[in-house]
Order: sequence, then C-alpha cells, then structure tokens
Amino acid sequence: MIVRLRPLALIVVLLLLWQITVSRAPAHILPTPWAVAIGMGELLQHGLLLKYVVASLFRVTWGFVLAVVLAVPLGLVIGWNRRADMAFNPLIQVLRPISPLAWIPIAILWFGVGDLAAIFLIFLGCFFPLLLTSINAVQNIPAVYLNAGRNFGLSPAAVVARVLFPAVIPQLIVGMRITLGVGWLVVVAAEMIAVNSGLGFLIVDARNAGDRYDLVVAGMVIIGLIGLMLDIGMRSLQQLKSLRWSYSED
Amino acid sequence: MASPKLQAEHIHTAFMRDGKSMPVLQDINLEVADGEFVCLLGPSGCGKSTLLSTMAGFLSPSSGEIKIDGQVVRGPDPRRIFVFQERGVFPWLTVEGNIAFGLFRLDEAERKKRVAHYVKMVGLEGFEKAYPAALSGGMKQRLEVARALAVNPDMLFLDEPFGALDSITRLTMRGELLRIWEAERKTIIFVTHDIDEAVQLSDRVVLLSARPATIQQIVHIDIPHPRDISSARYLELRDGIFKQIGLAHRL
Repeated sequence: MIVRLRPLALIVVLLLLWQITVSRAPAHILPTPWAVAIGMGELLQHGLLLKYVVASLFRVTWGFVLAVVLAVPLGLVIGWNRRADMAFNPLIQVLRPISPLAWIPIAILWFGVGDLAAIFLIFLGCFFPLLLTSINAVQNIPAVYLNAGRNFGLSPAAVVARVLFPAVIPQLIVGMRITLGVGWLVVVAAEMIAVNSGLGFLIVDARNAGDRYDLVVAGMVIIGLIGLMLDIGMRSLQQLKSLRWSYSED
Repeated sequence: MASPKLQAEHIHTAFMRDGKSMPVLQDINLEVADGEFVCLLGPSGCGKSTLLSTMAGFLSPSSGEIKIDGQVVRGPDPRRIFVFQERGVFPWLTVEGNIAFGLFRLDEAERKKRVAHYVKMVGLEGFEKAYPAALSGGMKQRLEVARALAVNPDMLFLDEPFGALDSITRLTMRGELLRIWEAERKTIIFVTHDIDEAVQLSDRVVLLSARPATIQQIVHIDIPHPRDISSARYLELRDGIFKQIGLAHRL
C-alpha cells in the first residue's frame, strides 16, 4: 500500500514546491496549482471542459479507428507479399517522416476548418506507424510457425487465420497502444489551428482571450490525465490472457 | 528389403550466396524402410538439416528426387510431420489447442479423444489448459511431439529435437521417444550431431561428411532395445563412428 502511494506522494510534494516557487517568484512565470484548480472548476461550471474533452476524444477516436481499419490490413498484405513490399516501401519511407503537422494547410484546403480536417491529421499521424508495425509484425513471424501450419495441411487462408493472425496480434496491440498516444499528441496540435473546439483550442483560446494561463495549464493537465487513461485502457488489452503469450514468454 | 518407405535419389542441393553457388548436398542416395529409425549424423553446418527439410518437402533439391511410398515429394504433407529444432509449438495456443491444431478434419468428439490420448502419452496431464510459456523446455518438446503424433503421421522428421535440453531431460526424452516409436512404429528420421544419441536411438546411423555433405558411411546398430550403453558392442559401434568422424575432420 505504501509503495503504491509513493507516486502520489511525489506529486503532492511537487505541487507544493510549485506553489511555493511561483508565489515567491518576482515575475509571473506560471499560475499556481491552486489557480489552475480554480480555472478547472470554472471550465467545469460552464460545461466547457466536458464539451472540449468529448470533442477531442471524438476526433481521436475517428482518426485512430480509420487508421487501424486501413493500415492494419494493408500492412499485413504488404508484409506477407514480397512484391507488394518492394512496390510500396519507397513511397512509405518518403511519406512517413513528414510530420502530420506539415499537412495542416492541405488538410484545411481539402476539408475546411472543422472536424474533418482534424480527423484527417490524426489519421495521418496514426496511419504510418500502424502500417509499419503491421508490416514488421508479419515479417517477424518465425518461419517455423508458418512451416508448421503448412505441414499440418492448412490451406493458405487457414494459415493466415490460424497462424499469421494470432502470431502478429501481440505486436499489433503494442503498436496500437503507441499509436493512440501519437493520435492524442496530434489532436492537440490540430485543434490549435484547424478547429474551434477541443482541448488544443482551449489552450490557444485561453491565451488569446486575455492571457488566461491558469486555463492554459488546466488544459495541459487534462490532456495529460486523459492521455494516461487512454494508455491504461490500451494496456488492459495486453493483459487479456489469450493475447498475452508473447509478453510472458521466458 | 521390401519396397522402401523413403528413397533419396541423387540429391544435389546448392544455395546461392553472394552470387556464388555453394553446394550443400552432393549426390545423396538413401533408402529408409517402413518403421525404421534412422539418424542423420554429421558435424554442425554440414547440411543434415537441409537434407531433412528436403525430405519433408520444405525445400526442393537442385536436382534429384525424394520419393515417399514411391511418389515424388513436392511439398509438406500432414502424413509426415516435421518436429522443429526451434520449438515450433504455438505460444498462443494451450497444450490442448496445440495438440488439436492439425485435427481440424475430425469431429469434436474424436478430436477430444485424440487430444486426451496424446496428452496422456507424453505425460502432460494437468497442463491441458496451460500455455507453452508456462511449460519447461522438455515439456514443450514433448508437446510438439504429441502435436505431431496426434495427426497419426506415417513419418516423423526430427531436427535435433533435444539439442536445447539439459542432459538429464535429454536422456529421459530419448527414452520417451523410443517408447513411443516402439508403440506406434512410425518411420523416424532424426538429425543429430550427438554420436551417443545416434547410437542409442537408431537402427542405422547415416554418417554425413562436412559440407558439401555426402554419405560417408552407413552404420547398422545391431543392438536390441533397451540398449545397454556400457556394453562392449555399444562402445565398439560408438568408437567406430568416432574414428570415422575424426577422419573426416583430419587437418
């Protein structure tokens, strides 16, 4: 129990340090944690917090789900098929290093200011990491599993369903967990420019509308907390017994 | 000899490496009788695993043919199961799931019966629901043998199956394999680089030279099972193979 409380204790100590340092600082460098808490309460009262959280989660969900639905099957096919790999690889390697943020002008050009532009950016941010994870996952399947599948007389479709798919699941779940984190990073940036709601918008708006740094930091704290919850959610997928094999082996 | 179970006829295999053709197997000719236990013995890297993979249909020879029951081998077949060196059990399936893996053509009741029978045969009772990660190396190896036997193959190809086990488990596993072989009379082709293992297990030991592998000698092990590994005949055969291999390695 005491061990579990340690991280909490550390946070409390840091908050105290923050409060003391800021209140003694000669210039205004940060709002105090207390001011941030008050700001958060204010947002809650106006119903803005819930609205913005829902808006951000809505965009991330769509962008992420679209990326999963398209990138995973495509990645599995490319990873399975040497010719497809040779054909697609150069294109993927060129597109991959382009930050999704560089696409913001084009996203606005295509979709206007609104949800679609933000979703498109999140989709881009999730698509390439997921695609590469899926390709690698297939290519890393030990040949002995595929050979064993063939040896027992499985049809090619059955090899895919009974060997390839279960063999890649653990790597896919790790990839999805990391990618959802990327999506959550991208949504904030996208909302600062491409839309008029959401947690990213809250941060920019609070600064523009009169330097409300208490609300800026409140937004940051909320982003951190929700990011943590998303990660915990994805991690619980890894704990499923039938999917856990590669994490517990040896 | 009655018509052989397996015939290897003038098998040549070469791999391409750095644009050069490197011979691995050179004119391998071998006949294996039905129900026979044959060991392929040779130094590591000599090509014995390549020969075994070729017999099992995973590799095509550059020239020559493998025939099983008189038919040319063109690919892997569920009638002959390869037990992999690198522990080929599926980590995402339980013990039961692994053994049932190849039984998809059977109905539910028959499958359950088969699984229960082989769980018992390899001594994994109580572990039916366990995942391979929870099993020891020896248990995983027995599981893989059980998965192979469950589909009732005529032949087993074993590629250094006990190489990664500790010496005590390895001895137990040899005993188990002999017990299973005597009960089911499968044709077994067993690759090893362990001379004692070859002499303890097999009816015949096929000695392969260093790469490119050629058949150097075939030694009949005419000792009945259970074999006394301190008997004069055992030591004589073993030392003979030692000498033969030593000659091949003379610098």
